[in-house]
Amino acid sequence: MRWKSLSESIGVEYTKVAEIKGPLIIIDGVTKASFDELVEIETTEGDRRLGKVLEVGYGKAVVQVFEGTTGLAITGTKAKFLGKTMTMPVSQELLGRVFDGLGRPNDGLPDPVADKFLDVNGEPMNPESREYPTSFIQTGVSVIDGMLTLVRGQKLPIFSGSGMPHSILAAQIARQATVVGTKEDFAVVFAAIGVQYSEAQYFKRSLEESGALRRSVLFLNLADDPAIERIITPRVALTVAEYLAFDLGMHVLAILTDMTNYAEALREISAAREEVPGRKGYPGYLYTDLANNYERAGRIKGKNGSVTQVPILSMPADDITHPIPDLTGYITEGQIVLGRDLFRKGIYPPVNVLMSLSRLMKDGVGEGKTRSDHMEVGNQLYDLYSRAQEVRALAEIVGKAGLTGVDLKYLDAGDMFESYFLKQNPDENRNLEETMARAWAILSTLPEGELTKIKDKHVKQYHKKADK
Amino acid sequence: MVAKGKIVWVSGPAVKADGMSSAKMYETVGVGDTKLIGEVLRLTGDTAFIQVYESTSGLRPGEPVVGTGQPLSVLLGPGIIGKIYDGIQRPLDDIAQKSGAFIGRGISTTPVPMDKKYKFSPLLKKGDSIAGGSILGTVEETPLLTHSILVPPTHPGGEITEIVGEGEYDLEHPVAYVKGKNSAKSELKMYHKWPVRRPRPYTDRYDPTVPLITGQRIIDTYFPIAKGGTGAIPGGFGTGKTVTLHQIAKWADSKVVVYIGCGERGNEMTEVLVEFPHLLDPRSGRPLMERTVLVANTSNMPVAAREASIYTGVTIAEYYRDMGFDVVLVADSTSRWAEALREMSGRLEEMPAEEGYPSYLASRLAEFYERAGRVRALGSPERAGSVTIVGAVSPSGADFTEPVTTHTIRFIKTFWALDTRLAYSRHYPSINWMQSYSGYLEDVSKWWKENVSADWYDLRAESYHILQREDTLKEIVRLLGPEALPDEEKLVLEVARMIKIGILQQNSFDKIDTYCSPEKQLKLVRLMVKFYKESQNSLKGGKSLADIRAMPIITSLLKAKFEIPDDQMPKLDELDRRMSEEFKGTLAREVEVTV
Repeated sequence: MRWKSLSESIGVEYTKVAEIKGPLIIIDGVTKASFDELVEIETTEGDRRLGKVLEVGYGKAVVQVFEGTTGLAITGTKAKFLGKTMTMPVSQELLGRVFDGLGRPNDGLPDPVADKFLDVNGEPMNPESREYPTSFIQTGVSVIDGMLTLVRGQKLPIFSGSGMPHSILAAQIARQATVVGTKEDFAVVFAAIGVQYSEAQYFKRSLEESGALRRSVLFLNLADDPAIERIITPRVALTVAEYLAFDLGMHVLAILTDMTNYAEALREISAAREEVPGRKGYPGYLYTDLANNYERAGRIKGKNGSVTQVPILSMPADDITHPIPDLTGYITEGQIVLGRDLFRKGIYPPVNVLMSLSRLMKDGVGEGKTRSDHMEVGNQLYDLYSRAQEVRALAEIVGKAGLTGVDLKYLDAGDMFESYFLKQNPDENRNLEETMARAWAILSTLPEGELTKIKDKHVKQYHKKADK
Repeated sequence: MVAKGKIVWVSGPAVKADGMSSAKMYETVGVGDTKLIGEVLRLTGDTAFIQVYESTSGLRPGEPVVGTGQPLSVLLGPGIIGKIYDGIQRPLDDIAQKSGAFIGRGISTTPVPMDKKYKFSPLLKKGDSIAGGSILGTVEETPLLTHSILVPPTHPGGEITEIVGEGEYDLEHPVAYVKGKNSAKSELKMYHKWPVRRPRPYTDRYDPTVPLITGQRIIDTYFPIAKGGTGAIPGGFGTGKTVTLHQIAKWADSKVVVYIGCGERGNEMTEVLVEFPHLLDPRSGRPLMERTVLVANTSNMPVAAREASIYTGVTIAEYYRDMGFDVVLVADSTSRWAEALREMSGRLEEMPAEEGYPSYLASRLAEFYERAGRVRALGSPERAGSVTIVGAVSPSGADFTEPVTTHTIRFIKTFWALDTRLAYSRHYPSINWMQSYSGYLEDVSKWWKENVSADWYDLRAESYHILQREDTLKEIVRLLGPEALPDEEKLVLEVARMIKIGILQQNSFDKIDTYCSPEKQLKLVRLMVKFYKESQNSLKGGKSLADIRAMPIITSLLKAKFEIPDDQMPKLDELDRRMSEEFKGTLAREVEVTV
């Protein structure tokens, strides 16, 4: 219905515009319209824009215009109600293509042929039909594989801040992600939501250079594109991701950046509708709305494919308690938090491991999946780094001289963790064995008795007894 | 006469319909051509304000709305255990069969299969008199659970004129006929319906005095909850609310567990569905699923049904309570329920109180937690049952001063405060032992004394005192460093560290550590307290703290929780002996040196 057929679309047309405010246009005298229906607005100049019905009744329809209301007039504007909700045409031909934020091709190539049209809002996946995610994804990034394991079908966001290298990390994951022992590559669905041109370009080039572009689909809503369009961008992207995964059986990595821009667009609409705000002016339904996007990840019983989601969001003023990261963390299965301190120290990836977490790690690692000591080693590393941070803080007060023997060991182990385990190059792909070897090298600088999170048999097997 | 009206306005889950003058408040209605399920929230003239439990996408003014004459109710009868329902008791497996992996709309199902036959064994005979709540007979619902067939609580009572013999019957088959006072006749089936927003009645209420054993050390030993009690577990994301609730659902020594996933992650419900059929109840050795009911309304499912899910769950819990069982209800998360309340309130254009929440938030929370309790059930025979409610709270920004947390605290007695800082250092469960409290401590101590050990209360207090002292000493350390403290106080820090690692921290994902029996809990506490006392003596005897720190027994004490399983308790006694010997050994050496 979109693409070529857009201009031929049929529907009921109304011309009585009652009010235009912010991203909303209110049409009067509406007799046939349904909630969530797609609307085509025609300006006096003959431009066509898309919108959808937010509220309908008593002869009025409140329509949200994706491309903004700039230039719309009370007289002369036509609104055609198209009789269906917004859909995205999908087919295998989408792979390798670039679309705008509403899902229209913008790479200058001919429109792909549609296999079917899918409602961009999707439907909630039945928990009964879900397959629990358990396949370990090797990203080649030590801190992720060793301590924050990503699992196929997981949603694991990156919480970042302005200027930090979240795009580099996401691109590295997209290039390197593999499921050990399989030859299946990930298809990448990338949604740029209000990001700068350079960032989107970086990502595209990175996919191109690694040859992954032909199994990627890109949706670009850039910083200078209409803000309200951003409401739709993750939805069309995830609709395509679900299609690739559950209709075509592919393993899809969906990267959405930056969800903060998405939430801000949502707030703009909510404010224009004069709704009672929740925290910081964001609508009370922000949690539900975000969940409707984030929950579109996972695996389905009896189907081959999967959708693994890596949303990126920038924390306003690096504040993790801000509603956007806060509500996101309540929905996603963990979070990778980038830390300003590590970034200033020049450590890449600057992952603040103590604030980060992968909830599904326990299910993706261990005997038969990775290694039987994987989870314990991860936990012990957390413990080590947390103790090291405490000792660091203490050393600042009492000086290094005031520290006891074990504390000094932790201090050194913490430094080694940062330089030898956490730090790696953006093009360095470490396999799990190497990651684990590095972990044990650090753990071995501590006396065996300190490894209280690791079973004795694993300590015996792997501890290098450096202190003896 | 049921109401028949027309939709005049749609906005998200909120719908207004005209021509609804005969509708009642909280009546369920069929909305639109596809008969979406909705509930009347407000009546103005002949306009009804309706919240719809399914997605309203595509709904338009002019479509019909039809009343049912009934408030939102659940069907109560055999077949509920082991099921997973959505917020309004539709089985998710039936929905999957009808609409595939994604949940479609307007699907009608029955909560339990009405044509499945159960073997009914009557307990009463012709001529017996019954009252509301009496047990007519029993049915083996699962190998773990004998289901009592209850006379509906509102039944006026009377005399049985006919009751079927032992045999197999489906749910629609009448099992008994009753003649009432004015010779009014009624037939009774193996199920009845009950409106979810109305608490089921009981005869009397008892004080909760028996602890709910969860196998979680920090809960059972330090902040216990009683059967029939209430508890809340607030915490920011990543602090382990869900894991703790899963642990309670898995290991609590109750007969039935109702798990409500209210606005949470889909994969978490799937995890329960995958895990519980394979996990065995430590007491009966049967799969946990045979005692569990799930109510799942995940975050992406319609928001109005999320509001209803809490009531659906608690009504099912009360029903099993009325059979004389101990039931645990866990609700994850009550904050999402409160948000659903807020969203509907906003659409009703009600005047908001704090942070946009409606002014009746507190009273709704109170009503919900008040449905917990240990009671004497209605009717005969005499029996006591309980509903224990544990609610997770997800405070925004992990700020415990937000409305849902502050109001919840007013209505619960056990408070497990999850601490983001503990979670960051991977101290799990991240229950803060200084902020948390239990109002049941004195009530349950009798049980511990009689069933586990007479010194339980004292050992608990002594070990807790060490933690309290550490908390104050920590301030000094932060300012001056640990070397500023005398050895006696450094020892407190050392033993507190051991209690934290060896007792408070518990790995839910470790086969052995995931459940810790009350006996083992007590032995571990006793070992730590003994270690502290022996060390104090050694210090007094001239031994240095470095000597104590170098004792090999320490690592063994810290790992006992996951190296020694519940069925090898003598190994803990062995540790005790080793500790005594090590202390003797060092003291002896000490003596030799001084000589």
